[in-house]
Amino acid sequence: MSFLSHLINGISLGSIYAIIALGYTMVYGIAKMLNFAHGDVIMVGAYVCFFALNSFGLPPAVGIPLAMLVCTALGMLIERLAYKPLRAAPSLSVLITAIGVSYFLQNGAQLIWSTNPRVFPSVFENAAVNLFNGQLTISINTIVTIAACVVIMVGLTLFTGKTKMGKAMRACSEDKDAAILMGINVNRTISVTFAIGSALAAIAGVLLCSAYPLLKPTTGSMPGIKAFTAAVFGGIGSIPGAFLGGILLGIIEIFAKAYISTELSDAIVFLVLILVLLIKPTGLLGKKTVVKV
Amino acid sequence: MKKTIAVVLAVVMMLVGVVACTSGNQPATTNTSSAIKIGATGPLTGGAAIYGQACANAAVIAVEEINALGGLQFELKYEDDVHDVEKAANAYNALKDWGAQITLGSVTSDPAKVTSALCYEDGIFFLTPSASAATVTEGKDNVFQMCFIDPTQGIAGANYIKDKNLGTKVAVIYKNDEDYSTYIYQNFAAEAEKIGLNIVSTTTFTADSQNDFSVQLGDAQAAGADLIFLPMYYEPASLILAQANQMGIDITFFGVDGMDGILEMNGFDKSLAEGVILMTAFDANASDENTKSFVKKYQEKYGEIPNQFAADAYDCVYAIYQACVNGNVTADMTAQQINEIMKQQFTSMTFNGLTGQNMTWGTDGRVSKDAIAVVIKNGAYASMD
Amino acid sequence: MEQLKKKFHLGKTNREKIFTFGIVLLFFAVIEILRGTGNLSNLLKGQLVPICAYVVMALSLNLTVGILGELSLGHAGFVSVGAFTGIVTATLLKPVVPQTWLVLLISIVAGGLTAGIIGFLIGIPVLRLRGDYLAIVTLAFGEIVKSLITNLYIGVDAKGLHFSFINDNLNLLEGGKKIIAGPMGASGFPKISTFLAGILLILFVLYFLYRLLGSKMGRAIKAMRDNSIAAEAVGIHLTRFKLTAFTMSAFIAGMAGTLFALNFASLSATKFNVDMSILLLVFVVLGGLGNLRGSIIAAGVLTVLPEMLRSLRDYRMLAYSIVLIAIMLLTNNQRLMQWWTQTKKDAKKWFAKIRKAKDGGEA
Repeated sequence: MSFLSHLINGISLGSIYAIIALGYTMVYGIAKMLNFAHGDVIMVGAYVCFFALNSFGLPPAVGIPLAMLVCTALGMLIERLAYKPLRAAPSLSVLITAIGVSYFLQNGAQLIWSTNPRVFPSVFENAAVNLFNGQLTISINTIVTIAACVVIMVGLTLFTGKTKMGKAMRACSEDKDAAILMGINVNRTISVTFAIGSALAAIAGVLLCSAYPLLKPTTGSMPGIKAFTAAVFGGIGSIPGAFLGGILLGIIEIFAKAYISTELSDAIVFLVLILVLLIKPTGLLGKKTVVKV
Repeated sequence: MKKTIAVVLAVVMMLVGVVACTSGNQPATTNTSSAIKIGATGPLTGGAAIYGQACANAAVIAVEEINALGGLQFELKYEDDVHDVEKAANAYNALKDWGAQITLGSVTSDPAKVTSALCYEDGIFFLTPSASAATVTEGKDNVFQMCFIDPTQGIAGANYIKDKNLGTKVAVIYKNDEDYSTYIYQNFAAEAEKIGLNIVSTTTFTADSQNDFSVQLGDAQAAGADLIFLPMYYEPASLILAQANQMGIDITFFGVDGMDGILEMNGFDKSLAEGVILMTAFDANASDENTKSFVKKYQEKYGEIPNQFAADAYDCVYAIYQACVNGNVTADMTAQQINEIMKQQFTSMTFNGLTGQNMTWGTDGRVSKDAIAVVIKNGAYASMD
Repeated sequence: MEQLKKKFHLGKTNREKIFTFGIVLLFFAVIEILRGTGNLSNLLKGQLVPICAYVVMALSLNLTVGILGELSLGHAGFVSVGAFTGIVTATLLKPVVPQTWLVLLISIVAGGLTAGIIGFLIGIPVLRLRGDYLAIVTLAFGEIVKSLITNLYIGVDAKGLHFSFINDNLNLLEGGKKIIAGPMGASGFPKISTFLAGILLILFVLYFLYRLLGSKMGRAIKAMRDNSIAAEAVGIHLTRFKLTAFTMSAFIAGMAGTLFALNFASLSATKFNVDMSILLLVFVVLGGLGNLRGSIIAAGVLTVLPEMLRSLRDYRMLAYSIVLIAIMLLTNNQRLMQWWTQTKKDAKKWFAKIRKAKDGGEA
């Protein structure tokens, strides 16, 4: 039974990685940039939700959308101020700017909200489902996390596949210049992408902090890096890839701890990652890029 | 393009130069003001900032109180070391430029290993509130600690569990990329073996995997542990308690002094910590006048309840004050002169503070004070007996 | 002036090189003068070796990112390997070799070689990957190194070196010494790095890199970066050159690691984390990809900058992040760049006019 329980814990952890990774992958697919500040937007979202719930006593049904709203605005603002002026710049310059934004958000959060950790209130009922005569316990939190991840993945796939905006996004991702010629407003499309990615970050922040209820200004950075790894693992730019990469990363992390060694689990996770990328050099579901002369 | 970047950088460099000049970096050899300059480094920003800020806040209160007495005057300066050895060396050097005559050392162990070595070389007195690694004081006669060293806690913990018969099958979860946690664990494990305490499960985590503890807790549960020893700070401990509750694990948890502060965490559900035993030298709910007054002032000034880091730093300032008064230290002495007096005072004096009564220091720089084991009852510390 | 140039056959590239060496030497001279006259602050004095180490690290990463054109997010891993090898070597040699400089030299070489070997071994499989995939694999490599060294125990006693992993089972004899103690890191090793050694290392690495760039291999590497297909078509052996450059980059990073480590009394593996790798990347990008002089200046300025901002107290890192963003936005701003080139042209014209007027006046 412990195997099943580890598996479920792995999927639950992986779902959070996956939601963050979806944000990374969306932005990467369209803007072709690694948004290193994504992890810190997660932290901001969690703080907004924390204050809505704890200080203003709002119910989660109001707090979570509020966090999404704030993060969406923040994401679009960052894009407008820091990334848009660099659209023609080399990709590494954009990367450094993103790192700067990440430092800015972390240190700004520390100044505004202090470094004292806060314990995130439980958003969901603290109940559990017992299976197999109580041998396997799954908390509501875990179920909601996994369900949210699946819903978001399916929703995003439909959105990019069926809607006009989604199609515009795919067009921008394929070829920006051709998209402009086809009358697509590239700037607006990128802006919308950031809005969606940041709204996802807010959801990820709430789920992350309700599963592991410790909130401080650096809360988002390590999950951010792991999710970035997951996005690449699954094939960056691919929505199902980010989903798969996130879930697998969570499972590998938990299994490495459970069956090999807790001391070396960090090393094992990254070793598996390297091995997989050596076998599949563009990630699990990544597109094979054809180099043209 | 490349040239432009070079030009921009050059401009930045010039700006930096201006800032550097205006911030007054002239090396001061003699102190002309009437106050004794006390310098300290600690993580004021970054992931470990909470510990540094607690110390800095409390030290400010202590210095204000002492200065208000009208006698000996102190001037305090905290420099940020971001819990990083390199930045700690820089912070220490910045303090030297400022003219620090005494240092409150560093708050965390890694930086303290570097700054204590520099203080020893330069002959500047060093008293750390909370850097507990044994290597901080080893071989340096002017380096003193206000907190317990890590090995002491591990050994005391194992004996306490054995003597009070708190558990027969012990599980340990420790943080294996942090010296504080690992050091306590190693000494705990060695002592447990010596006295026949049975450790049934040992698992670890790191700063990078400090989220999910289901595997570690599951391992302890599967091994049939009846007590889980948590040699760590209260942040990960709070996560472990929350997850144990979710998993329905109801075993005794036993913590160390780093656990203090858990009850004061913003939003922490105190019922989770019910029945947790920990060894600590400080209790924010203690009824003595000094603690009450300190906690009240701290709360008024910073809106938070002080933890043991704060209490240790507060004690440090008062211990230095006592040594300065007894040793007739004046502000016009050099750091090296003060160093000699302080070394002599600290190894001979007895100090009463918030974190213990009748504290003394050995020539090895280590403090001797009692660790009290307390149990958390109704959201507050209660005596074990 | 013109005659002088002709006399010494100074081409543009040669002048650039001499200028770069000049900057390093000038820096050294200024610092030594300040030190001699007692005007050097303790803060800057303490930073001299780290500055040199960071400069060398930036140069080494520039070889990978700027010259080879491969993004690396795990360079701190090589630095770490070099640092801890250097620590062990220095601790072992200190009692045997009386000359401190020789201990330092051997340690730096040992640190470089170990990192180079690791770089070579890692490079064989991973250099096949491209772009962000290579970036993530290097990031993973850095994390693995951090995790492994955090669990590593090395001690020395009369019987020789002892190794132990995860748990401290060194069982040292009486009088033995722990060199690396897992999470507690290394402490008590000799603090022998000097500013002079740092400057010499920078000069050596600069010379080495300029020679490399000027060689057949350097041209091949650049051709590869600019267009790998075309390069392959003209018969450049891609993998071999890539691997050599990557190994050299790791070798240099390892040397810098030793220099850096032997400046502190204590060091643990967690120092060499992703943040450090990213910091190095910031140096390289800010200094300009492939621009060695830029790397030197950027590494120097950005190492000193946060310390100089200390007077801003809590706002220090916030200010640092704003500076970082501002530099990126300004240097990539088209209009500003146009204005700048125009101003430069105008200034040149203006100077020429004045000179002409002056010459005319004299004549």
